[in-house]
Amino acid sequence: MRRILLAVFLAAALLTSVVVASTLVNGAGSTFTYPILSKWASEYNKLHPDIEINYQSIGSGGGIKQVTEGTVDFGATDGPMNDQQMSDFKQKRGTDVLHFPTVLGADVPTYNVPGLSTTLNFTPDALAGIFLGKITKWNDPEIAKANPGVNLPNHDLIVVHRSDGSGTTYVWVDYLAKVSPEWKQKVGVGTSVNWPVGLGGKGNEGVTGQVKQTAYALGYVELIYAIENKLLYGNVRNSSGSFIHADLASVTAAAAGAAQSMPDDFRVSITDAPGKTAYPISSFTWLLIPRNIQDPNKKKIITDFLHWVLTDGQKYAEPLAYAPLPKTVQAKELKAISQIQ
Amino acid sequence: MASTYTPADSRAVPPGRALALVRRLLSGDGAAYLLTLFAAGTIFFITFIVFYELYVQSALSRHKFGFHFLFTQTWDPIAGNFGALPFIYGTVVTSLLALLIAIPQGLGSAIFLAELAPARLSSALTFLIELLAAVPSVIYGLLGIFILVPFLETYIVPALKAVLGFLPIFQGVFYGVSYFSAGIVLSIMIVPFIVSVSREVLMSVPRDQREASLALGASHWQTTWRVVVPYALKGIMGSIFLALARALGETMAVTMVIGNTPQIKASLLAPGYSIAAVIANEFTEAVGDLYLSSLIELGLVLFAVTFVINGLARLLIFTTTRQGEHA
Repeated sequence: MRRILLAVFLAAALLTSVVVASTLVNGAGSTFTYPILSKWASEYNKLHPDIEINYQSIGSGGGIKQVTEGTVDFGATDGPMNDQQMSDFKQKRGTDVLHFPTVLGADVPTYNVPGLSTTLNFTPDALAGIFLGKITKWNDPEIAKANPGVNLPNHDLIVVHRSDGSGTTYVWVDYLAKVSPEWKQKVGVGTSVNWPVGLGGKGNEGVTGQVKQTAYALGYVELIYAIENKLLYGNVRNSSGSFIHADLASVTAAAAGAAQSMPDDFRVSITDAPGKTAYPISSFTWLLIPRNIQDPNKKKIITDFLHWVLTDGQKYAEPLAYAPLPKTVQAKELKAISQIQ
Repeated sequence: MASTYTPADSRAVPPGRALALVRRLLSGDGAAYLLTLFAAGTIFFITFIVFYELYVQSALSRHKFGFHFLFTQTWDPIAGNFGALPFIYGTVVTSLLALLIAIPQGLGSAIFLAELAPARLSSALTFLIELLAAVPSVIYGLLGIFILVPFLETYIVPALKAVLGFLPIFQGVFYGVSYFSAGIVLSIMIVPFIVSVSREVLMSVPRDQREASLALGASHWQTTWRVVVPYALKGIMGSIFLALARALGETMAVTMVIGNTPQIKASLLAPGYSIAAVIANEFTEAVGDLYLSSLIELGLVLFAVTFVINGLARLLIFTTTRQGEHA
């Protein structure tokens, strides 16, 4: 018994000594960025053993909430904070919140049409029509005209969307709202919306499972998920009129296309971005950092980490199937780091 | 007085009230009383805290929507319009469907295990049932999506439609995910609760009850059905309540097979939604106070639904057992 007690005591002492020796920085938010943020955290810890970055993937909404309450040092979100949330933050924390894009993601339409293994083309009107419930058949002229030579079945189209609130949904409906005034007016933009039609699947895997199991179904999933699971997904026509297959290059191109009109606070939607090769359903994902960090030690750690993420850290993006930042955005962000006081 | 007390004069001086209390506490009975009282008290405390928190946190939504919340069908986080009816409907329908399937099956297996099966088989099967009760619900959900739904789609639903297709509850397109699939997955999940508790209760029916019945010339089955089961009825009902509570609150497995579509359809083959599922789906990403408050009010509604259904079931038992006693 005594020996056990001793062992427990020693273990506890060891643990506390480790904790005391290193500084812990806490973050929370988007599940989409979790794989790369945990990679960054562990790589950064290898470079600086005295610094530990702890990130909890509780969802973008939760990340915004926690950074506003001040329970974490930074947040991460797939959709930028709106003006109401910004002013709530200012009221609660007495300082502004800064947005820093870290990597990019995209949504792709995935489908299951028995006997069809070709990549289909989708126009913006086709996607909006399908999700508004106005296009109900696979051989609808709006789909057919973009796919000459493909024998589309005269069958009901079954729509699948996410049932859980998510950044993936935010990007998808943000795109639909840009290309369809009717969507903007009837449904709107958010992490959960009142879907006009369709079945709900929980998570990317829920939507994928539902699409795979249901003949003639169409849904949307995160690009990384589609690549890793080798899903068949369609091309989408961009604002220059070409049908683009989503991949890391075409997503980065969308960010570059949006870079010219990038606002100083980086809160920008890059869906339907200009650029010949830009994939139109792309999005940044952001870190949320308070402008004023009281603790000088923490402030230094957070700014150093951010600098590393935007420069050396970018090389970890592609192996994990995230699109890295275009140079123009990166340069602008590095200048903006000095805003953290 | 108590402070001047010493053990030596305890018999001579009648102890004061405080002292008596201390004494009672120190004796075994008193300590046990207090400890168990405390344990029971925590149940009230936890229930109260849950209710209180749900009530307070949902204030915004309660004030905005009032009782309309219970009777409207819109769920629009963007426009800020929230109504609970499709979720209440889905929760009640799937739970009742689950009970409808699970009660005969669970009770049947409990009777077999307790009364008819050889002891060795009974204990082996009981072990399996307890194993089933420990399977995480996400596993049931996955089995539901990948095994049950395709099976229903290819075999069961076409057959149901062919035979009972004239009933509105078996009409319309079947997408796989539906009230029907959710009800069946739930029934599989709650059967172990009914079986294991009911079996214990049946086995604890005193031996002389059975012997008396057999001595009067009743057959084995008559004894089981007319004597043993009525004797154990209260315990069996307890097991059903436990199962019902689990069905009403089940989240993960239901959300994977119900289709997550907030609508009310007469057909069991249509997709729907349940209260627990929508909370699990939307809570983490709910931004905006009204949205969050409405989700919390849904929790309050689930609390109330459980309360009402439990009450109704208790009323049902109360009336039926009273009849039984007089018969």
